[in-house]
Parts: sequence; C-alpha cells; structure tokens
Amino acid sequence: MIENLNKIFDSRIRLGIMSTLMVNADISFNELKELLNITDGNLASHLKTLEENEYVKIHKGFIGKKTNTTYAVTKAGEKAFKIHLTALEKMIGSMK
Amino acid sequence: MSYFVFQSAFYMDKQQQPLEDLQHIKKMMERSSRFISLSGLSGIAAGVCALAGAWFANQVIVENGGPSGYRDVVSRTFQAESLRDFMGHRLFQIAGFTFVAALFLAFLFTYLRSKKDKIPMWGATAQRLMINVAIPMAVGGIYLYKLMQFGNYGLIAPGCLIFYGLALVNAGKYTLGEVRYLGYCQLLLGIINCWFVGYGLYFWAMGFGVLHIIYGGLMWYRYEKSSPE
Repeated sequence: MIENLNKIFDSRIRLGIMSTLMVNADISFNELKELLNITDGNLASHLKTLEENEYVKIHKGFIGKKTNTTYAVTKAGEKAFKIHLTALEKMIGSMK
Repeated sequence: MSYFVFQSAFYMDKQQQPLEDLQHIKKMMERSSRFISLSGLSGIAAGVCALAGAWFANQVIVENGGPSGYRDVVSRTFQAESLRDFMGHRLFQIAGFTFVAALFLAFLFTYLRSKKDKIPMWGATAQRLMINVAIPMAVGGIYLYKLMQFGNYGLIAPGCLIFYGLALVNAGKYTLGEVRYLGYCQLLLGIINCWFVGYGLYFWAMGFGVLHIIYGGLMWYRYEKSSPE
C-alpha cells in the first residue's frame, strides 16, 4: 500500500498543483501562484520537478504582447495522481 | 516558511497524514474550479434590497387604487397601455433601481470576502460563473421583454423567478453547491406564481427577498461566521 504512495507528491505544494491541474484543462502560472499563495521562485521549482517527471506539460503562449505560460497535466501525471489518490484512500480505509 | 512549520508539525502525527493530504486535494480542487468567495452577506443584502423595492412598489400600487385595481389590470392581458398609464412606469423604475442596488451590494460583500480570504476575485472561476449565470438570465430577459411588448404583464413576475431559478441551478456547478437549492426554491415559487397571476409582487418579495435572506444567513453561518482569518 505504502509503496503506491508517490514520493513526488510528498510535497503539499506539488500535491496542490496536481489537484488543481486535474480539474482544470490548463491554468496559468499566475493563477497557480495566487491559488497556492506562494512565491514565483517556490512555484517554479516545484513545477520544474513535476515537469522533469513528465507529469506536467508547459505551453507558452501570448495574450497580446504579454507571454502567457500555461500548465496542463500529462497522461502520465494523471495516472500517477490517481494511483497516489487510491493509495491514500486505502490507507485511510485500513486505519478504521 | 509557515508551510514548512505546518508540514513538520503534521509529519509528527503520521496517522493523520493521508487524511490531511486528501483534504488538501479536495480543497485545492474546489478552490481552483469553483468560485467560493460568494458571500452569504451578498444574499442578505440582495434580499433586503428586494424587500425594500417590493415595499415601494406596493406603495405605488396602493396609491393607484389598491391591489384589487392592480390585479384587474394585470389579469386583463394585451392591455399594455392601460397598465402604463396606471403605473406611469414607476414600477419599472423601482424594479430597475432595486436590481442595480442589489447587484452592487452583492458584488461589494463578495469582493470584501475574496479580499479577506486572499482569493483573487477575477480568476477563471469567477468568469466561468458569470458566463453560466448570464446565459439563462440574458435569454430570460429577452423573452420577458417580448412578453412585456405583448402586454402580458401577469407572467413577468413568475418568468423572472423561473429564469433566475434556472440561472442559480446552473450556477451550483461553478460556485457553492448550495446555490442549487436556492434555485430549486425560486423555480417552485415561479411555477406556483403562474397560477396566481396578479400576485406577482408577493411572490417576488418571497423569492428575491425572503429566500435570499434565508439562504444568505445560512451560508454566512456555515462558511463565514467562524472564518479562521
């Protein structure tokens, strides 16, 4: 059971990012920053970890002349998150 | 910084970790997909405006020959001119003013709550909510305008309640889920009102006034009374 828990989701912030991306088709860097209430640097480093594990994909676009970077969850990320979620639920189930 | 303090605190209690993780996941999903800053006080304020508006409208009706005279005119459809003469547009002015005042106060209290909770007011969730409320409201507005053009005044009040109810049921997917129940109640009132044409003002006062205040009070009690910040 415990082995199904994903080390990458140990961090509350990464868990939060993934939760947000699971229910939104894509979301911008600034929206994520406001939702999680963290600094640019902190968010960027957590996003980098997720990106390196190919759980998150980046799309760089433009709104007018301003760059707009949006993030979306990958198939692999979705699968990993669901496995993690099931493991968490099972742990709670076994505690009762 | 506070995050790390918090994290180390709950890692001490390993038993609680999966549960808290799940709660965190749920919270983040809700926060990012629903507009949760909608304040209960907005509902109360809108309700008070509606009751005040209904009171003024009632004054106008009484001054112009009382509710029975008003009902005579309303139930005789296709006589737009007579109602216009009768009320001299005062009722529409009151309705318009009430709507603007209620909307303004609703925005104000929701804005204040979003500031307090440090959640941006104009995020993607707010836009989604606005669009999904605006569609049934705009369609209803056009339809009711046509009803008015044909002088079918008796069906305006039930129509307002019905289209507003539909908008709220739709909104339940994009903001606090409880809004849906307020929507069901408005729909029920609107439909009953169809069989009591001419009593629209009472149904309005009930739906836009009393129901808003009850809903707002319950929501405030449930979500804002003991707000952590």
